[in-house]
Amino acid sequence: MKSFVQIYKEANNKIAGIAAAPGIVIAKAYVYTKEKIEINDGKIVDVEEAKRNLEEAIAKSKKELNKIFSLAKEKMESTRAAIFEAQLMILDDPVLLENIHHRIEKERKQPEFIVNDEISKYQQMMIQSNEQYMTERANDIEDIKNRIIRNLQKKRWESRIMKDIIVVSDNLTPADTILFSRVNVQGFVTEHGGLTSHAAIISRSLNIPAIVGAHNVIKQIHDGDVLIVDGFHGYVLVNPTQEQIEFFKAKAAKHEQLKQSLKELKDKPAETIDGRVVKLLANVDVTGEIDVVITSGAQGIGLYRTEQVLEELGEFPSENQQAKIYSNLATRIYPNELTIRAFDIGGDKFKFFEFNEPNPFLGLRGIRLLLENKNLFKSQIRAVLKASKTKNISFMLPMVSIVTEIRLTKALIHECKEELKKEDFNFDKHMKIGIMIEVPSAAILSYDLACEVDFISIGTNDLIQYIMAVDRGNDLVSNLYQEFNPAIVRTLYHIVQEAERAKKTVSLCGEMAADTLALPLLVGLGIHNLSVSPAILPYTKSIIRTLSFEKTKKLAEECLACSTQKEIIEKLEKFFKVNQIDRTRNKL
Amino acid sequence: MIEKTVKIVNQAGLHTRPAATIVKMAAKYKCDFFISKDGININGKSIIGVMTLAAEKGSELVLTFDGEDEKQAAEEISDYFSRGFDEL
Repeated sequence: MKSFVQIYKEANNKIAGIAAAPGIVIAKAYVYTKEKIEINDGKIVDVEEAKRNLEEAIAKSKKELNKIFSLAKEKMESTRAAIFEAQLMILDDPVLLENIHHRIEKERKQPEFIVNDEISKYQQMMIQSNEQYMTERANDIEDIKNRIIRNLQKKRWESRIMKDIIVVSDNLTPADTILFSRVNVQGFVTEHGGLTSHAAIISRSLNIPAIVGAHNVIKQIHDGDVLIVDGFHGYVLVNPTQEQIEFFKAKAAKHEQLKQSLKELKDKPAETIDGRVVKLLANVDVTGEIDVVITSGAQGIGLYRTEQVLEELGEFPSENQQAKIYSNLATRIYPNELTIRAFDIGGDKFKFFEFNEPNPFLGLRGIRLLLENKNLFKSQIRAVLKASKTKNISFMLPMVSIVTEIRLTKALIHECKEELKKEDFNFDKHMKIGIMIEVPSAAILSYDLACEVDFISIGTNDLIQYIMAVDRGNDLVSNLYQEFNPAIVRTLYHIVQEAERAKKTVSLCGEMAADTLALPLLVGLGIHNLSVSPAILPYTKSIIRTLSFEKTKKLAEECLACSTQKEIIEKLEKFFKVNQIDRTRNKL
Repeated sequence: MIEKTVKIVNQAGLHTRPAATIVKMAAKYKCDFFISKDGININGKSIIGVMTLAAEKGSELVLTFDGEDEKQAAEEISDYFSRGFDEL
C-alpha cells in the first residue's frame, strides 16, 4: 500500500489546512455560508407551519435580546439601552406582526421574505427623511430584522433533515457547532480559525474529524461534492479518485482498530515506565459529552466550561436549572472529581454586550465580568454549592489577573454559603476553589495566587495569546502563536515551580495538552494533571505510558535553554525518534 | 374622536426613548391612536411606525384618539409631549 506522503504527492484535488481533530471520514459536503443573508422568496405550501416558524423565530429573537439586555443594561448608557428596549418592542409590535401574518396568508411566500420586505419599508421611510440620526435609526432596525431572518433561516435549515454531511464553512461559532452536532455531522472544514478556535475545540470533544484554516475552501467546494477529510494530516480531498477512496477507507478501518486497542487502556493509569503518575482528566464542553468522558477512562473532569450551557439554552439558566445540570454531572462522574469553571464570557466568546469594546480581549471578560454582575455570579455560585453535596465538585475562576479578584470572589462564596445555611441547604463546606492561570500577570504572581486557593490550572490557549501578544483568531499573525516558544516553556516552568513552592496542585487544560508533541515536555516540566478532550485522552495516555520521566525531565531542561521555537520543536521531534515513540498518526 | 396638535419642545426631539414610552402609554388604552406629521399618518401603537417619524425640536404633530377611553389617553399622551418627554 502507498504511504500518506505518496498519496498526497500525487493528489491534484487536495486542499491543505490545519489538522484540528483526528479521524478520517468520507462524506458529502454541505457548504454553510452565513455572512451574507440571502433571502429566499420561494412559495410556501403550509401557511400554518410558516406562521408557527415565524412565531418561534420571534420568540428565539426575544430570548437572545433578553439575554443581551439582562447583562448589558447596567453597563449601557441610556440611549443604547433604549434602542434595545425598542428592538424588543418591535418583536411585539401589533401593527407590524399583523401585516406580516396577513401577507404570509395572502402571498404565500417564505416568512423571511415578507419580514425583510415589511421592515425594509420602514427603513426606507427613515432614510428618506435625510436626517443623519434617522439613518442611524434605520441601522438599528437592521439588527433586529437580521436577527429575525437569521432565526427563521436556522429554523428552515434545521427542518431539512441532513445526515452524514461534512460542513464546509467560513468559520463556525459555538452555537453553529452545537447546532450541527445535533444532525449527525461527520466532519468540519473551515476556512478560518486555528487549533484553539471553537470549531476545533468542539469537534475534538464531539469526536468529529475537523480541518481548520483551509484557505479558500468555500470557493473550491460545492454542495454535494464528495470529500475525504483527514483530521490527522490536515488535508481535504475534493471528489476523490477510486484509489483515494480505497486508500482512506482502509486507513479509516485501521483507525477504528487503533481506537479499539486503546480501549484496553481504559482502566490503566497514565503512568510513565519509571513510575511517575500523571492524572488525566477530561475537558467537557457539551453536557451530552459525559458518556464519552466515562468510556475514555478519564479520572475526572478537569474543566467543565459552563458558558456552553448558555449556548445550549439560548439564555441564562436559572439557579435551579444550573444546580440540576451541575448536580447531574457530579453524580455521573462520582467518585471522581468535577471541576466547574465559572462562566467565561466576554472576549470572543458569547458577545452579550452589543456595544463594542475597543479591545475585547483586554476588556471585560471572565472573572472581571462576573464581579461586575454580582447577581449573575451569585446565582452560579449558589447553584455550584447546591450541587456540591456529593463533595466531588471544585470551582474554578477564569481570567484572574490579580489577588484581589480571588478575595472578592471568596467573600461572595462566603456570602452564598451563609445564605444557603439559613435556607437549610446541604453543601460541601470545604468545596475546593481554584483559578485559571491564563494572563501574564497571573503567571508572574503564580505563588501569591496559589496561596489563596486550593489548586491552579494553566489555560494555555489564552496564556500563549497574551504572552505572545497575538490574537489567536487573526491569520495575519497566527505564525506568532507559538506554543513551543521558549517564552511559553519558561513561563510554564515558572508556574510549576511556584505552585510547588505554595504546595498546590497544578493542572494544564489548554489545547497544548492535546498536542502529542508537547506531552514529553509537559510531563518533564512536572505538571501534575492534564485535562484534554475525552476523544484525545486515550491517545494521550498511550503516549505517557511509553515515556521515561527521567528522560522527559532532561528534555525539559534542554528546552528551557533554547532560544527559538524551532530549536525546541527539533528537540521534541528528536526525542520521539530516539525513544522510538510513535505519534498517533504514524500508527495508521 | 379627539384631535390634538402638539409641539416637540425638548432638545433631542422624538428620539427612541420617548418613542418607546409613547407606544407603551398607548398600549394601555383600548382606543385607536394615530400620529400624523407632514401628511404621514402613523399608528401610535406601533413602535416601528413611531420610530419612522423624524420630529426634531419645534416640529408639530397631530394626535388623534378614537375609542371609549380616548379622553384619558389623549390627556396622558399629550401631557407627555408638553413635558418635553421629561427631558426639560
